[in-house]
Amino acid sequence: MRISLFVPCFVDQLYPQVAWSVVRVLEGLGHQVEFPDGQSCCGQPPFNSGYWDEARVAARATIAAFRDSEVVVGPSGSCVAMIKIFYPQLFAGDPQELEARELAAKTHEFSSFLVNILGVTDVGAKFSGKVTFHDGCHGLRELGVKKEPRALLEKVQGLELLEMAEAETCCGFGGTFAVKFPTISTAMDEVKCSSILETGADVVVSNDSSCLMQIRGMLEKQKSTVRSLHLAEILASR
Amino acid sequence: MTSIVAEFQRLARRYTADRQHRAFIQKGLSGYYQKRDAAKASFQSWEDARDLAAQTKYDAVNHLDQYLMEFTEKIEARGAKVFWASSAKEARDFILRVARENGVRSIIKSKTMTSEEIHLNDALEKEGYGVIESDLGEYIVQLRKEPPYHLVFPAMHLTRAQISELFQKELGSSPTDDPEELTMIARRAMRRKYCEADMGISGANFAVAETGMISITENEGNARLTTSLPRIHVALVGIEKVLPKLENLALFLPMLATAGAGQQMTCYNTMYGGPRQPDEIDGPEQMHIVLLDNRRTELLADAQQRDTLGCIRCGACLNVCPIFKNIGGYSYGTTYQGPIGSVITPHLRGLQEWKHLSSASSLCGACTEACPVKIDLHHHLLQNRRNAARMKAVPAEKISFLAFAWLMSHPPIYRMAVALGRIFEPLHRLVNGTALDPMRAWTKTRALPKLAPDSFHQQWKKHRGGKPS
Repeated sequence: MRISLFVPCFVDQLYPQVAWSVVRVLEGLGHQVEFPDGQSCCGQPPFNSGYWDEARVAARATIAAFRDSEVVVGPSGSCVAMIKIFYPQLFAGDPQELEARELAAKTHEFSSFLVNILGVTDVGAKFSGKVTFHDGCHGLRELGVKKEPRALLEKVQGLELLEMAEAETCCGFGGTFAVKFPTISTAMDEVKCSSILETGADVVVSNDSSCLMQIRGMLEKQKSTVRSLHLAEILASR
Repeated sequence: MTSIVAEFQRLARRYTADRQHRAFIQKGLSGYYQKRDAAKASFQSWEDARDLAAQTKYDAVNHLDQYLMEFTEKIEARGAKVFWASSAKEARDFILRVARENGVRSIIKSKTMTSEEIHLNDALEKEGYGVIESDLGEYIVQLRKEPPYHLVFPAMHLTRAQISELFQKELGSSPTDDPEELTMIARRAMRRKYCEADMGISGANFAVAETGMISITENEGNARLTTSLPRIHVALVGIEKVLPKLENLALFLPMLATAGAGQQMTCYNTMYGGPRQPDEIDGPEQMHIVLLDNRRTELLADAQQRDTLGCIRCGACLNVCPIFKNIGGYSYGTTYQGPIGSVITPHLRGLQEWKHLSSASSLCGACTEACPVKIDLHHHLLQNRRNAARMKAVPAEKISFLAFAWLMSHPPIYRMAVALGRIFEPLHRLVNGTALDPMRAWTKTRALPKLAPDSFHQQWKKHRGGKPS
């Protein structure tokens, strides 16, 4: 399959290794991966702040970037939800509504794509360690991704999956919320990190780098030895 | 004068800093989750029940004109009087008039958030009426001169020791931390009040159009006494409480109990259909229903957010909300706390003044998932944000998002801008986390991620070729 890679802006700038891991996993399964030029940000920050006109400007660039793609895969439940769930709302009544809907239909979150579209759970990964999984809210509640990452993790050789208490509780990131209401965001982060630490896991994994940025931010500040990795990084381990 | 938003931020800071308080609330709610899940399991399908409840409520809200008329005709036929109050003031004035005209001296109330919404107690007390809350939780917060902390559990923020201390001080009781004994202390103080009161004020959980009856759900039996012992019963009912048919209660009573308190059914579920009838030996001589609009019809006019009128005030959205669990009920400064409050308060009390509550959310969606009538709560928060920006954009935000949009639609320039950021990143390390740090909102409590030496874009170009950008 010819797969277009959708790399969220902050993954592009902060976590390129996550995007490379996606490339490795998909290529390892025999697919052809392309990275369409011209992608920048999906427009979620202005959209979530209420500035829909500005969000549409960014979104039009994203739509244009993937116009010729057959299928689009991104390693973020949040940014994929922006395209898949919110573009149709953002473009309701707009001349580009149909195009927005087309992109929404062909765009998939990474773990959901592997399990539900490719029908793969064992990607041949090996990773030794105790891992706990945090459900990113957008992936979980907008896209309904819950069992897919776990199905993939269970097939990783040497990996022990430990469920944390309230894995579905938000880490407190929430985009601009994290800096507009830092005290609330931090309190939520504290609760999340203590759930992670209680499991005794060595690594916290998520399918969203934005949640991991929030979680890692606090774990680092607490000088914790618990590492954080994107699901793709685990699946690309050999 | 501090602004509403500054006060919200101040209280949120205060309550999040109180770790003991946060742990207490979270522990209390973890007990609720277990009971709620057990009660949910008695439904053949909770999801189907939610669908049906959402449809039923949506139908009711879309035909309010018809169902409210039907309700009014039926209940008036049995001698109740219905007063249509378009504002909080009209509702308060009417209740005061009834009290005055009937020579009322003392008033007892059962739990009604709608009366909190219209600040009824203040109005009654200002006119010299003694008002006693008969719901145990409400009674406790009344003694503390506090508003309810949670729309279903008004005193959930208090420990038994705090309640015992309060009772010792206010009622002269002896210290105890036994919940039964605490209940008995309150009950003894209250029984006398029931007999003295000549007006009982209640709310309603549902108003059934078909039979012209209100339905009240409770666990203590105090609402029954409040509504039947005094000679006048006034029920304050939001217009959205209407349900088309009696049989709808077969769904809504267990659903409210499950979502609200983690019970299969609450202990008492009572229908009230009028004052004492000629062949009856007890009950109130007069029954007044106050149907309250108070800007609900404005919400009704908003086709996108009309479904919020389906809310049955169960509090399930508060109980799962990570914001509520960390900032507590008092930070909101609203009658209705938590996600539903953040959604509807801007409609009830002004969008610009209350829009910050819609922003104070990570949009995690736990509320929407929990809502028994499937109100799309977290997406309504997004719509409130959009409506607020559309009505009156915040200049700094508008400018930054205009710049953002322009950059993102010009990827080569955007990439140059980030390259500039890489140059300045080492400078940031000098101020990281200090008062001078422009990113202090993040860095004060969290480590800042580092820009990768090369973006994925650059790396891809280097390793895989492709067009330059």
